[in-house]
Amino acid sequence: MSTRVIVITSGKGGVGKTTSTANIAAALAKFGKKVVAVDADVGLRNLDVIMGLENRVVYNFIDVIEKTARLEAALVRDKRVPGLYLLPAAQTRTKDAVNQEQMIELCEQLKNFEVQDEQTGAISHFDFILLDCPAGIESGFKNAAVGADEALVVTTPEIPAVRDADRIIGMLESMGKSPIRLIINRLRPNMVQDGDMLAKEDILDVLAIKLIGIVPEDETVIKSTNNGEPMTLSIASPAAQAYLNIADRLIGNDVPLMDLQAYASRGFMQWLKDLFRGKKRR
Amino acid sequence: MGFLAKLFGGGGETSREKAKDRLRIVLIHDRTDISPQLLNDLREDMINVLTKYMDIDHDKIELNLDREDQAVALVANVPILRIKRGSVDVNAN
Repeated sequence: MSTRVIVITSGKGGVGKTTSTANIAAALAKFGKKVVAVDADVGLRNLDVIMGLENRVVYNFIDVIEKTARLEAALVRDKRVPGLYLLPAAQTRTKDAVNQEQMIELCEQLKNFEVQDEQTGAISHFDFILLDCPAGIESGFKNAAVGADEALVVTTPEIPAVRDADRIIGMLESMGKSPIRLIINRLRPNMVQDGDMLAKEDILDVLAIKLIGIVPEDETVIKSTNNGEPMTLSIASPAAQAYLNIADRLIGNDVPLMDLQAYASRGFMQWLKDLFRGKKRR
Repeated sequence: MGFLAKLFGGGGETSREKAKDRLRIVLIHDRTDISPQLLNDLREDMINVLTKYMDIDHDKIELNLDREDQAVALVANVPILRIKRGSVDVNAN
């Protein structure tokens, strides 16, 4: 299998790009894939913190681009799950420190990188390169998107986020990215049921792109950020399950959407019981 | 819609429906984003075409994008000074 390069983007800030990147990357690794999550948000690096790897960052990808560090020295291996790596962004630089050619070259370098399997010692390439894109539509976005083949667009069920997603989708389409798929983040099934929040259908109606998953609003997201541990590695929660499903769909498996309506009407504990009793997967 | 509103059958739009409508209109506008430069070029071309048939008051032409409920319309208001005699369709007579 050749390496798939996927940019995770949104246009608007604060909708959950970095959280999505960390959790999807961890979930893919959990499913046995070799994954590198690249923090392309130069100057405002955060993926290291979300993944809980901030204490192990030595070099960053600008060092690799400027050849002051080798790629294997800059890659941080996540010890909690085999096959998961982070390539951090530089914190003390700005987005002008890189250009598009350099980003393409970096992606090529990552594609050719030889990953050693921790158990068998076998050498292979990354299955996935996930690029965590900065907010905005300027150079930072273009740099992150240029090296990618596919895109995941994150939005929340609010007008500003969907509007910005629409703008970004237009730009990704004109850059030739395919497929471009949507993650609806922080949906509150209760509010949708009460007619107080945009529903999946409302958003898909206007954006007209394929949905890859819906992540319900979930307090465990904040807790896992506090603890520096991606939910998909440890915690059983609706959001964690949603991200595991998204990763599963990315691999190509046909996973039905979670029954968020049931979660809304019967509460989280019941939802969890159902999950483990009836529809146990894997 | 809140619990009480539902209980008393409070009619009217829910905030979800309101958001959906607003979102749709915002996106219609965003996608028909016409720059002032383009609007100006269009205005020049329109004047050229129209003056073949009539004398118009250049200074009082209004050309706008009108944002209606569900759509965007190009609305032109062109004061006519005089229809040119030569432009009358000869075949009609």
